[in-house]
Amino acid sequence: MTRLFKDDGTHVPVTVLHLDAVQVVAVREAERDGYTALQLGFGQAKVKNVSKPNRGHFARAKVEPKQKLVEFRVAPEALLEPGAALSAAHFVVGQMVDVCGTSKGKGFAGAMKRWNFRGLEASHGVSISHRSHGSTGNRQDPGKTFKNKKMAGHLGAARVTTLNVEVAHIDAERGLIMVKGAVPGAKGGFVLVRDAIKRARPADAPYPAALAG
Amino acid sequence: MNVIQEFEAGEIARLSAARPVPEFAAGDTLRVSVKVVEGERTRTQAFEGVCIARSNKGLNSNFTVRKISYGEGVERVFPLYAPTIAEIHVVRRGDVRRAKLYYLRGRSGKSARIAEKARVIEPDAPPSAAPQQDAAE
Repeated sequence: MTRLFKDDGTHVPVTVLHLDAVQVVAVREAERDGYTALQLGFGQAKVKNVSKPNRGHFARAKVEPKQKLVEFRVAPEALLEPGAALSAAHFVVGQMVDVCGTSKGKGFAGAMKRWNFRGLEASHGVSISHRSHGSTGNRQDPGKTFKNKKMAGHLGAARVTTLNVEVAHIDAERGLIMVKGAVPGAKGGFVLVRDAIKRARPADAPYPAALAG
Repeated sequence: MNVIQEFEAGEIARLSAARPVPEFAAGDTLRVSVKVVEGERTRTQAFEGVCIARSNKGLNSNFTVRKISYGEGVERVFPLYAPTIAEIHVVRRGDVRRAKLYYLRGRSGKSARIAEKARVIEPDAPPSAAPQQDAAE
């Protein structure tokens, strides 16, 4: 994260997202695939590390091998040609977007950290189990612990979507999107950015997409 | 350089071109002119005191200025590159042996003084203009 100093004196904490050679690799069409979507590729992959079937897949779209492939469902009239490169100007400043990533893994976490339980007391006879979750149910009736009881377990490293993140700055030349605040995941992680589903897309946002070059 | 370092370097160049940052360290007495917006008009307000801490972290650098105002200690943390700061003027260079002068918080009067540096290394660009006095006050 970094910050943006604005001319009016305010400053905004931003996360910098990089669109690195994002191109359309494949198109899913209703008659052939049953749905409409665009498969986008991100970054560069070494050719020697790409499997032969995938090399053919990239060759068909006439794009360099990509590090990451991901599908976005789009409307039938918004489909693009394979090979089209997307620009950061696809989003406009002030627009709300949803950012989806894999959160940082926390390992095996106790109930206090994982579910915000309050734990047991510090004194009044509590020994050793100050951070335990306490009871997990009733007595002989029902005689079992119900499913989905919140207990200790693996925390993090899960797909997390942050809704309504504001776009604070766009640098189309360098392919940078700066969004206000934090996004899920570690530094250098991959995130998906889409138009916010709970807000209308601004009228001046490019549709179907802003293309680079 | 990664994209963030590149962006921060550009921002630092842009912001320090608009308002140069003088060379200063903890122990120096600073007069910081802050732009204050009052309704329609803007004026500058001076905050003069001892720099007790400086945190250097690129674009997010900041410094803390402490002064005694009407017998009460007041501290203010400024972002080093904030466009709200009109000018940073180094009034006096202090001779201190700490990077963070938090011990000044527990002191007052004579024991809170800082000796002036005997030989000051020539500052690269001393602010030439006379410090602007507060117009409204």
